[in-house]
Amino acid sequence: MTARSLQSGAPAGERAATTPSLWARIWHNDAPGYLFLLPWLIGFLGLTIGPMITSFYLSFTDFDLLTSPDWVGANNYIRMFSNDPKFWASMRVTMFFVVFSVPLKLAFALAVAMLLNRGIRGLPLYRALFYLPSLLGASVAIAILWRQIFASDGLINKLLAMVGIMGPSWISNPKTSLWTLIILSIWQFGSPMIIFLAGLRQIPQDMYEAASLDGASKWRQFVKITLPLLTPVVFFNAIIQTIEAFKSFTPAFIISGGTGNPINSTLFYTLYLYQEAFGFFRMGYASALAWVLLALVSVFTAFSFLTSKYWVHYDE
Amino acid sequence: MATNIELRKIVKSYGEVKVVHGIDLTINPGEFTVFVGPSGCGKSTLLRMIAGLEPITGGELLIDSERMNEVPAARRGIAMVFQSYALYPHMNVYQNLAFGLETAKMPKAEIAQRVAKAAAILKIEPLLQRKPKQLSGGQRQRVAIGRAIVREPRIFLFDEPLSNLDAELRVQMRVEIAKLHNDLGNTMIYVTHDQVEAMTMADKIVVLRAGVIEQVGAPLELYNSPKNLFVAGFIGSPKMNFLTASADGSKVNVAGGSLELGRAVAGTTTLGVRPEHITLAEGSGVKLADVRVDLVESLGGQTVIYATTADNQPINIVLEGQRSVALGTMVAAHIDPARLHLFNAEGDVI
Repeated sequence: MTARSLQSGAPAGERAATTPSLWARIWHNDAPGYLFLLPWLIGFLGLTIGPMITSFYLSFTDFDLLTSPDWVGANNYIRMFSNDPKFWASMRVTMFFVVFSVPLKLAFALAVAMLLNRGIRGLPLYRALFYLPSLLGASVAIAILWRQIFASDGLINKLLAMVGIMGPSWISNPKTSLWTLIILSIWQFGSPMIIFLAGLRQIPQDMYEAASLDGASKWRQFVKITLPLLTPVVFFNAIIQTIEAFKSFTPAFIISGGTGNPINSTLFYTLYLYQEAFGFFRMGYASALAWVLLALVSVFTAFSFLTSKYWVHYDE
Repeated sequence: MATNIELRKIVKSYGEVKVVHGIDLTINPGEFTVFVGPSGCGKSTLLRMIAGLEPITGGELLIDSERMNEVPAARRGIAMVFQSYALYPHMNVYQNLAFGLETAKMPKAEIAQRVAKAAAILKIEPLLQRKPKQLSGGQRQRVAIGRAIVREPRIFLFDEPLSNLDAELRVQMRVEIAKLHNDLGNTMIYVTHDQVEAMTMADKIVVLRAGVIEQVGAPLELYNSPKNLFVAGFIGSPKMNFLTASADGSKVNVAGGSLELGRAVAGTTTLGVRPEHITLAEGSGVKLADVRVDLVESLGGQTVIYATTADNQPINIVLEGQRSVALGTMVAAHIDPARLHLFNAEGDVI
């Protein structure tokens, strides 16, 4: 006979006295789970939620790290939108970067994925080689290397000189400096490429065979079959890459030496935020900038999800 | 006008591995031909070569006397129904049916007319606006067939189209495809590993094994006169019984007894008899052997007896109607000598 059945045979009063309390039951049943959760919970509350709430409060203050924050209401936000040309300059640079780098990177990643999907030999090797820039891309070392390649006496200009062309200093020319960062971003196509490759492999070969029997050209097969069936992957990659592009910081910081020059042409939003926070110690204003960026990314993501039902095709 | 297909010494190799070994075959206009054989026998590869989805390594493929080896799939006048249906999941039924016609840049009015006609034939008019995921297996199969019909091809190819359906639906679709062939009259090639499908649908069956044709003929021709052990065992359900035998002059020794067949039996090593050709009634044919009843299955219309001969060889008997046979008893199996099949050591019929 089990302990439970023994208990149920006891008189009512005695049974009530031996029934463990709610807290005791939670402690016995759930405590190990909470214990395992604790390290993450501490990190989440202390390093994510805590700083977020603090930064939201600070965005309504004037705070220089040395003195106590002064409540200024919505002044930081008002100044940002009405009296800060650098805010708008950084917004323009960031939007330009997002609008060009994300589609170009995705298109390039898809093109390479389609080439690799043709059953070539040594696919795992190529996959690893193409993925490598994604691992290295956001590092300081690569940004420094990029600066060397596009400098006036860099590799690009040396190659151009071999065919008699005098190239400009790509990173100190405001017309080309942002494009060097866009090219760097496209070079880091490995991550979306791997996801595209996985998506392409999910498309049954039968569909292409049926289409080829119908006389569909390779282009028509791509437009009418590959792209629609790949839209869930395109959607995922577009969201992830757009968020990454909005957050892009290291390459611009290294290549412009932290200035966003020439003529603010590489002044990414996050770089401007960094300057305000750690250059001028305007933590309140920097917090407000961070919240505007969060709002911007949230609006973009929400818009993407809302419109996805019109262009993303899920099989099931 | 229906189309003639001729295969001359068709070979298919993947690198060093040869999978189809010089197939010669003529498919007459309007014929419903079934390629049947076990997995890996090359039947689907052969079909895909005819479709133009696989390059032909050697030999010649002629459609209406025109060499097709180098002609792209789309220009062979062929439509194919795939095992997986291969419907485009992001398009509705109408768009799936219209895809090939739009690709051919056909006027919209004609597309609508052809889709409506195919939908009426297959009774899928109410489904035209649905996506494939909203259809049952049978409905998807109909749409896949519809996609072939709308193109009005010279030849229809079916690659195991019913293997994803349940047993009941398979029988239903089998009848519908046979009716479709009668109505349209096109040349059709159908690949299956199910010999019942082959027997019930085909005008001509091509039995393949390991990339070689074992026998070609009408269903009953293959059933009544199989050329070898493989065809004898593959065609017919339940499978033909094979008993180890030996020749003794004009007699055949089998299952502990001997049979006087009154014809040449030299070289016999195996005797084949179909379960449905064995009776328990004395006076019907000659006695084959006394057998011990191990198991009885009563199917209502038939009674299937699983038995063992005196020399311990399994033998199955199918009797018409409902019979009462006790387990463990000995019964005498009788056969009509004209329905016996004798095979030599190479497996060829004598």
